[in-house]
Amino acid sequence: MTNLLDAANIRGVYYTPTGEEVVGVDNVSIQMAEGEVLGLAGESGSGKSTLGSIISLTARPPLIVEHGSLAVDGKVQDLSDMASIPRVWRGAVVSMLPQGAMNSVSPTMRIRDLVFDVMRAHDGKIKKDEALDRARDRLVTLGLPTRALDAYPHQLSGGMKQRVVTIISTLLNPRLLIADEPTSALDVSSQKALIEMLLEMLEKEIMSGVIFVTHDLPVLRTVATRIAVMYQGKVVESGPTNTIVDDPEHPYTRALLSSVLTPEPKYAKIRIEGMRAFDRESFKAPEVKH
Amino acid sequence: MDALFTASNLTKTFGSGKDAVTAVNDVSFALQQGQITTIVGESGSGKSTIARMVLGLLPITSGKLTFDGKDVTNPTGAARKAYWADVQAVFQDPFSAFNQFFTVKTLLYRSLRLLHESVGQDRLEEALGHVGMDLSVLDRYPHQLSGGQRQRVMIARALMLRPKLMIADEATSMLDASLRVNILNVLTDLRDELDMTVLFITHDIGQACYLADQVLVMEHGIMVEQGTVDDVIFNPQHEYTRKLVADVPKLHQEIELHIGDHEAAARDLA
Repeated sequence: MTNLLDAANIRGVYYTPTGEEVVGVDNVSIQMAEGEVLGLAGESGSGKSTLGSIISLTARPPLIVEHGSLAVDGKVQDLSDMASIPRVWRGAVVSMLPQGAMNSVSPTMRIRDLVFDVMRAHDGKIKKDEALDRARDRLVTLGLPTRALDAYPHQLSGGMKQRVVTIISTLLNPRLLIADEPTSALDVSSQKALIEMLLEMLEKEIMSGVIFVTHDLPVLRTVATRIAVMYQGKVVESGPTNTIVDDPEHPYTRALLSSVLTPEPKYAKIRIEGMRAFDRESFKAPEVKH
Repeated sequence: MDALFTASNLTKTFGSGKDAVTAVNDVSFALQQGQITTIVGESGSGKSTIARMVLGLLPITSGKLTFDGKDVTNPTGAARKAYWADVQAVFQDPFSAFNQFFTVKTLLYRSLRLLHESVGQDRLEEALGHVGMDLSVLDRYPHQLSGGQRQRVMIARALMLRPKLMIADEATSMLDASLRVNILNVLTDLRDELDMTVLFITHDIGQACYLADQVLVMEHGIMVEQGTVDDVIFNPQHEYTRKLVADVPKLHQEIELHIGDHEAAARDLA
């Protein structure tokens, strides 16, 4: 069976105005099966968002993809030649939910106008009613109030806004959704509601896979099927969620897990040293695949 | 044990008439000397409003605040300045608290103006030592520091005045999980070494659980529960606290998810 996603040998480099190279993603390969949620974890600057933007075909200068290929359902595209990738891939094959998307909705536009704009960008001939019907059906399917379409962004709560932009980003039924820190700005109850909605969308096959980029390991424990941990542009460990969380082998994964604080009795009244207790040199250990 | 700070029947109403919004409603609490108290709650629960009132940045509608036995309800002028020598704060976004064109040195020396010249330099070195930084940081600009370093400079700035009470409003929320623990440890060290009293405001129950001696839970402007970590987080009595704790994703336990629950609800209605 072909994998849903086969991304191979991706190298992404940022060029600074002075001509220096900063490697964002260094020869990374990842695979995903149908129906999976892949969690990309790591600290700030580890390259997880960069990898997300390359796979979602939204990489722009100063980020240059030097080499790499992206295969969805066995159809291969060369990532170093972004211009030759058909327009339809962006949005309909892979779709990006960028970090802070809920705050980038125009405050003077109703949600329904945004929906129409998004749909029209992909199908110039679509009628406004058609676009809205599609969004309305989607909201009903997922149990959200359809009046959200008539609202201005400030009339929606943060959690609702994030769920609505998630729905808009999947209106074209992409095969793969890349969500960059979708829950980081939400309080716990809205976080949970978004996670439930994403899993329901997978169940209803609105999309067939999700790459969930976050530094929040407890969230990944709840939502991800598999986790890939990144450090300095490389994947250092990948495997099923339970293995990564309960039996990590790479020193960096262990260090990352050691700085997690959740309300469980084992974290009260003890002192955690976090990353400091680990030797950064040890993080250069070879990649572990489970 | 003595309460360093008390708030009784604290209320804040924004607006008036039919547009009035009561952000904090009849809240009473006490901060014990040498303890860390955290206020937890969702967005909009009124926790930051409390912080701003405790700091004297926002006039209170009704209620009474005392600090060290003295009344500090709506202080003004010299009284407020004296109050700020004892009460300092660190806020959420360390980047916006810096002037981009000033080095760390300029920033810290500005705060030193509040102190006597003879103690200034020593205090500065001591404060940077407490947050694990050395003097080499003084010549850096904010953009040359990482988020964690910037926040530690902000804590050092507050520490130079040797406040009796430190207020941290979501001070670690913008930091990476791996840096967060370091900042929290700085706060516990300050409590243990300097007997400092800390009011820590967060929406993250995991951090509250790690840090707190006392936990206050806010919901829509009302304080629904207060007590020790063991009582409030591991044995919550109020329904809201229970839900808040249950919804937090855990590392070693599954949380209950309800996928497609609205369908069952819709069927029931039909």
